[in-house]
Amino acid sequence: MSISSGSAWVNKSASGMARYNLFRRVNWGRLGVIAVPGLWLGIFFFIPFLVVFKISLSESAIAVPPYSAMFEWNLEDAYATFKLNFGNYLYLIEDDFYLDAYISSVKIAAVSTFFTLLVGFPIAYLIARSKPSLRVVLLSLVILPFWTSFLLRVYAWMGFLKKNGIVNEFLLSTGIIDQPLIMLQTDFAVYIGIVYTYLPFMILPLYTALEKMDLTLLEAAEDLGSRPYQSFFLITLPLAIPGVIAGCLLVFIPAVGEFVIPALLGGSDTLMIGRVLWDEFFLNRDWPMASAVAIVMLVVLVLPIMLIRNAQGKEEVHS
Amino acid sequence: MKRRSIFLNTTAMLGFIFLYAPIISLIVYSFNKSKLVTVWGGWSLKWYTELFNNEQIMDAALVSFNIALISASLAVVLGTMAGFVLSRMGRFRGKMILSGWITAPLIMPEVITGLSLLLLFVAMENMFGWPAGRGTGTIIIAHTTFCMAYVAVIVQSRLASMDETLEEAAMDLGAKPSSLFFLITLPLIAPALISGWLLSFTLSLDDLVIASFVSGPGNSTLPMVIFSKVRLGVTPEVNALATIMIAIVAVGVLAAMYQMRRQTKLSSGQE
Repeated sequence: MSISSGSAWVNKSASGMARYNLFRRVNWGRLGVIAVPGLWLGIFFFIPFLVVFKISLSESAIAVPPYSAMFEWNLEDAYATFKLNFGNYLYLIEDDFYLDAYISSVKIAAVSTFFTLLVGFPIAYLIARSKPSLRVVLLSLVILPFWTSFLLRVYAWMGFLKKNGIVNEFLLSTGIIDQPLIMLQTDFAVYIGIVYTYLPFMILPLYTALEKMDLTLLEAAEDLGSRPYQSFFLITLPLAIPGVIAGCLLVFIPAVGEFVIPALLGGSDTLMIGRVLWDEFFLNRDWPMASAVAIVMLVVLVLPIMLIRNAQGKEEVHS
Repeated sequence: MKRRSIFLNTTAMLGFIFLYAPIISLIVYSFNKSKLVTVWGGWSLKWYTELFNNEQIMDAALVSFNIALISASLAVVLGTMAGFVLSRMGRFRGKMILSGWITAPLIMPEVITGLSLLLLFVAMENMFGWPAGRGTGTIIIAHTTFCMAYVAVIVQSRLASMDETLEEAAMDLGAKPSSLFFLITLPLIAPALISGWLLSFTLSLDDLVIASFVSGPGNSTLPMVIFSKVRLGVTPEVNALATIMIAIVAVGVLAAMYQMRRQTKLSSGQE
């Protein structure tokens, strides 16, 4: 190791040494770079969850803000009350509606992730196997929709799928159907919406994995008499697995908590937990219940995903 | 090889049609004279004039633009610091927790982020009287918080792939940390900062869910206005708005593409 190994302006000696230095002379620059984003995230990202947890344990009330105080005290008779209300969580368990919403969100997200993979794989494969100059063009074509408004892309499908929309008019005019299909405000429309909006998230990691692949492996397999579909399932697909996992996570994670797509394309019976939370908050104005839904969502859906991602990250470091 | 290409080309072609057909239909129907989406009434710029005369949409667009401008800039500053924490700070106490905080907004469902920030703002207002009411300021804080995660990840990957010898040389020659950063590191990571800023700007301009939670009455952003219009059905003015936004993005991406192709040609010419 040379004297200045590792990062330059940070004293990256052995960690024991660094701690020793910290006692002797505070490195203000280093401290600031750590403290500023740390404080910002602490206040605006971490503390909010504590507040949500606190409010999930209070009672809905007709007041501003619309929940009861957890801690009250009366100075005159030196009387303090501390109230915890687990009712919201009990209600979450007792009422099947919420359980159904959680399960249905996971189901919708999983099915659409699978279809995104089916649609995305051939595109990623084609891009990875085309000439470098064409690759840039095709990649830009994939990324371009991602830069345009998400909301407007979902909206575009409303015009496509509605009863007198473009798809129905086309099918009617060609005589494939005689009655317009009901597609908007169904689960089907939600699947289409998720596949459509999250397709770039699937294609890019798949492309990265496929592009890295050593093509001589396929030639070797062909020389040894392997058929193209055998080579695909035995060589290409296994080598693309890291991309498949990354892409599926990138689609599945945001899809579970999706609100805009079920609200615009889904029917009133399309249950998704993001929409339930939204309605609980904006329509019922039940802040404590919305908070309880959020906390359960955090524990049941988000934390496992974070742990998986962490484990994956560690694996990458080891390999 | 040939046979497979035909199958592959068709499926990929269908995929591209799937990606672009809805966008193209938005553009075409924004020039439609008729209000009915499926009835073609001839070419017209009627919806564009209606769009520019719609004060509600124009005001909201201005509000959104300002918010996106400020949030993206703040997010680049904070996100760059966070990117350094992730890749260049060595070990320190609490690094695991801080790294978790930095990347967690990327996978947090928007409804949770929005709700939790709103409840924080309400609690803070009750305790310290700040922020008094909600509006542009609270939306900027919220957008900065989730955009800085994206910037941090972009900056981190740029730092990780960067040649450190330049920084080492500067330090060996006695550069102070501050001059090292501004003279060497900053110019080297500038492309990452630009793409981080552009991504943050787009994300902020596009956000509906978080802004709906943390905005106050009378502070509607553009996505909030679009959403309330679109919920009632397809509106041709929104088609016109979408066409304008798509045109701006397309020009930007085409310019970036042209630049990239030129660079590829230059580097392949050198070889």
